[in-house]
Amino acid sequence: MRHPLLLLLAALGASGLVALAAPLLNPYYLDVLIGVGINVILAVSLNLVNGYTGQFSLGHAGFMAVGAYLSAAVSLFLAPALFGDLAEAGGLVQGTAFLFALLVGGGAAAGAGLLVGVPSLRLRGDYLALVTLGFGEIIRVILQNVEVLGGALGLNAIPAYTNIFWVLASVAVTVYTVLALVHSTYGRGFLAVHDDEIAAAAVGLNPTRYKVVAFAVGAFFAGIAGGLYGHFKLTITPTGFDFTRSIEVVVMVILGGMGHTAGVIGAAVLLTLLPEVLRPIAEYRMILYALLLILLMILRPEGLLVRPRRGGTA
Amino acid sequence: MSEFLQQLLNGISLGAIYALIALGYTMVYGVLRFINFAHADLFMVGAFLGYFGGRLVPAGTLLGGLGVLAMAMAGCAVLGMVIERLAYRPLRGAPTLNVLITAIGVSLLIEYSGQLMLGAAPRTLPDLFPVGRFNLGPVVVSTNQLVVIGVAVLLMIGLELIVHRTRIGTAMRAVALNPRAAQLVGINNDVVISFTFGLGSALAGAGGILYALNYPSIDPLMGVMPGLKAFVAAVLGGIGNIPGAALGGLLIGVVETYVGGSAWSTYKDAIAFAVLILVLLLRPAGLLGRVTVEKV
Repeated sequence: MRHPLLLLLAALGASGLVALAAPLLNPYYLDVLIGVGINVILAVSLNLVNGYTGQFSLGHAGFMAVGAYLSAAVSLFLAPALFGDLAEAGGLVQGTAFLFALLVGGGAAAGAGLLVGVPSLRLRGDYLALVTLGFGEIIRVILQNVEVLGGALGLNAIPAYTNIFWVLASVAVTVYTVLALVHSTYGRGFLAVHDDEIAAAAVGLNPTRYKVVAFAVGAFFAGIAGGLYGHFKLTITPTGFDFTRSIEVVVMVILGGMGHTAGVIGAAVLLTLLPEVLRPIAEYRMILYALLLILLMILRPEGLLVRPRRGGTA
Repeated sequence: MSEFLQQLLNGISLGAIYALIALGYTMVYGVLRFINFAHADLFMVGAFLGYFGGRLVPAGTLLGGLGVLAMAMAGCAVLGMVIERLAYRPLRGAPTLNVLITAIGVSLLIEYSGQLMLGAAPRTLPDLFPVGRFNLGPVVVSTNQLVVIGVAVLLMIGLELIVHRTRIGTAMRAVALNPRAAQLVGINNDVVISFTFGLGSALAGAGGILYALNYPSIDPLMGVMPGLKAFVAAVLGGIGNIPGAALGGLLIGVVETYVGGSAWSTYKDAIAFAVLILVLLLRPAGLLGRVTVEKV
């Protein structure tokens, strides 16, 4: 990538063009595309944590839930209180309000990422996995108990702000940020922590700090994805962000190849489209995921969509 | 006061079950250094073996109940060893993360094949042991609670004897201490690891039946929550440490029961994770664990 910023601008422009062309497309395909985009954001952001930095988070759905609830709350309660009813307002005002809601959601998720990350990231792989899993469960229990956020029934009638432009633009920003981060001088530290934490510390990097940064950035984009999801589905419930949702994202990252953004994007697209095509065998989906995980780890741990790297160990 | 004692008894009987499951986590961690996610699902399989076995024997007899318990433990032990052979042994020497992911895969596989074969609707475990309750001072004791505590204590004593008084137990401790050195003195690590899985899985199966005695509604996803809490118990006691797992299980069970009986009861399921985060913050090695420094 010689001119990454130009590429980002081009991608944003392309999202605008697609959005202009959207009325010509079949609405069903458009919905599927939005779902694909949201999953790509989730998978690429988790890949920063699980892939590049070599940690193992099982709580991505928890961060997504934080983002979804906070941004929905902003759109439902805060924005009307500040600006009055936005339903009549123009696209620009709505857009600004949505951007604000998304950023609040992402920021809150990043905050949650820091909150869980600072104590737990001094731990190694399997402990961390359990802590993040537990964290996801705590989020769910709290959301179920907070009356303002609808309790177990969740939030309804969220304004339908999400459209193809927002999704594609968010995908572009996410991919850009993650790639620019890991390819920067600072970001080499993520890979160093992945390869050998002790060696990284020995050359003066602070592994905990890198892990926390990866966690917070990953959580931020998970929150954005949650916000997009909430304003797309218009209804969110705590059970929609349970453990299986986290697992879905983890499978995408592993199938695509941990630490390979292109492969992960491919896997996210594939695994979102597959259930659409394979509706008749929907009940076998989780079994299929489980077998995929086991067989991939035994036969091809580097992921299906990448060429195996020679020499280096994972 | 009487309510305090009653809750303490309920807490101990729940904690004894968590302790049984936690022992399996801790033993497997001791020999292989990874968290066997599928352990919680063996707990579920144990409960279902109890459900099907319970129909074959006359209901409500001590002998029948113990027979079903032994059958479920044997079944779970075999399943645990099969899982180890097929899914984990090919990954010996692979990075921990890969083994962990495989374990998650195995766990999901058992849960969702269970859901497909048995249906997601909960079923009710038949009465395996004689049912009754009596008053002990101010406290009401059910026979099921007595069975739970009695069986759990016997199994833990048995485990202690196996680990400390038998050849295979000595081998287990050797492998946990240093797998390569164990191999050098002629221990077949594969056999020991397989045995450890069998032993841990049998305890999980027993835990499943005992849990279902007190909470008779069983379904294929029933293992997830108790499994996570038992894991927390293992970490609380110090992972890899057998007495620690028992202690941690009891503590988690008692704390959870008291929270469940208080005004905060809806947060019951979150309490274990709060404990986990606190332990990891304050004393990552656990209550009885030794602090180790990573050497290069």
